[in-house]
Amino acid sequence: MKNGKKLYLYPLWLRIWHGVNALGILTLVFSGISLHYAERGALLLNFKSAIAAHNVAGVIVSISYFLFVLGNILTKNGKYYRVKIQGLSKRMSKQIQYYISGMFKGEESPFPVSEKRKFNPLQKYSYIVVMYLFLPVLIVTGIALLFPEMIIEQVFRVSGVMLTAVIHGILGFFVFVFLLVHLYVASMGKPPGKNYKSIITGWHT
Amino acid sequence: MRFFVCTLFLVYFTGFVGVLNSNGQNIPEQNQACLKCHASQAHTIYNDWTEKEEKRLMNPFYILDTVQLAVGVHQSFSCIDCHSMDYETYPHDGELKLEPMMTCIDCHGGDPTYEDWQFDRIEEEYQKSVHYELHGDQFSCSKCHNQHYYRATARTSSSLSEIVNYSNNMCLSCHDNMAKYQLVSEDAKPQLVDIHNWLPNQELHFRRVRCIECHTEVQDSLMVSHNVLRKEHATKNCVECHSANSMLQASLYKYQNLKARTETGENSQKSILGLFTANKAEETFSNEYYVIGASRVPYLNTIFALIFFATLGGIAVHTILRIIKK
Repeated sequence: MKNGKKLYLYPLWLRIWHGVNALGILTLVFSGISLHYAERGALLLNFKSAIAAHNVAGVIVSISYFLFVLGNILTKNGKYYRVKIQGLSKRMSKQIQYYISGMFKGEESPFPVSEKRKFNPLQKYSYIVVMYLFLPVLIVTGIALLFPEMIIEQVFRVSGVMLTAVIHGILGFFVFVFLLVHLYVASMGKPPGKNYKSIITGWHT
Repeated sequence: MRFFVCTLFLVYFTGFVGVLNSNGQNIPEQNQACLKCHASQAHTIYNDWTEKEEKRLMNPFYILDTVQLAVGVHQSFSCIDCHSMDYETYPHDGELKLEPMMTCIDCHGGDPTYEDWQFDRIEEEYQKSVHYELHGDQFSCSKCHNQHYYRATARTSSSLSEIVNYSNNMCLSCHDNMAKYQLVSEDAKPQLVDIHNWLPNQELHFRRVRCIECHTEVQDSLMVSHNVLRKEHATKNCVECHSANSMLQASLYKYQNLKARTETGENSQKSILGLFTANKAEETFSNEYYVIGASRVPYLNTIFALIFFATLGGIAVHTILRIIKK
């Protein structure tokens, strides 16, 4: 922070959720890749362990997702996720500009972290898409694949199970890509380790 | 208009007669003499020894089912087209039973009229089969294809279940019938249900899938493969069928899933915990049968790879720029 003021941005419940979710998603990604490539790589999990791990982690992440939504409803953390359409593309492009050129010219971040604004626009809308679009669909399709008898038999001559699995796979992959970018963008603090520390201590410095 | 109505009526009437005809009216006139006995339970014979007319029961193997006969592929044949003309004399000479019968190829082989049916290729394929290998010429076409009743259901029927049922009954007429089976084998009757115990949903498979689907070497260019393989060579690979389309694939996924949920708990009680444990001894299935979804859509894999490497590339370039511009 420019003025050196410390901000307590990440309350304990959020940090616990974030930790559980992170471990869960990592397990899901690793076991999901193992299932996708089905023992075609030496580093992958054994197929049956991968099924069990994926199912266990899936349930844990689903429950923790439910708690996350509840937390956002009950605490003021939810306000960081409110969509504001007006001027959205302008704000987004400003942030993109910063990432691709501004930051290399030593410019300041156009949307510095404050108590009112925890996320920059890119961050905010990617979180909204992942948390309020991808995750619910992943959870619903995941549950459906746990109980495939719930799925519609056939959609335009294609098996409903197949379709559900494809959607689950595609969104799972996008969450994985999000995770990579999320981890990288988090390293843009000054110094690079700063943001990783914040999500553990809760304090933004 | 009147002409049109008359023609329509004529066409309709002709069709109606045709239907009547195909329902069993089309056995040639000259066969009636044979069928007088061979479609009855009893026959009358003049006994030279007692010099009396005697009524006797027919040998059940020589009684024909005229309903099936009338719809079989050889419905228009005279009996003596295939059987000896000497049968026209009654009582028949006992020696006639030993006359060598004509085989299918005797009529159908090399005949351009039946080109579509590929009888010569069928013969070729059959000669590679376990049937020919073990029993040679003893194993005639008629062991499976009853000349009197045979219907080419695979070509003519529009009902899949009829085709499957008809085809499987040909196999079962020996493989599940000791009387006929012993004609070609000294072995005990095969225990079909036990042998196929490994097969999930056995009953459903038996109803919906022809035996020959797994037990022959399928040739794309031949409608029905006649190269019946030894049992060790029958396909046991579920994905050969279950990868054909997404429905069949999904059925394996569902089967696996349900099995995990219903058989893991103690005393085979239903237990959802099966989904969350890895120590299952069941080895019949491996991942190949279970994986469904994106990994079965090859171009998605390519798209995934492109996005993944583009992301990594982007991150790498950005990192390098950050280091340089520091």
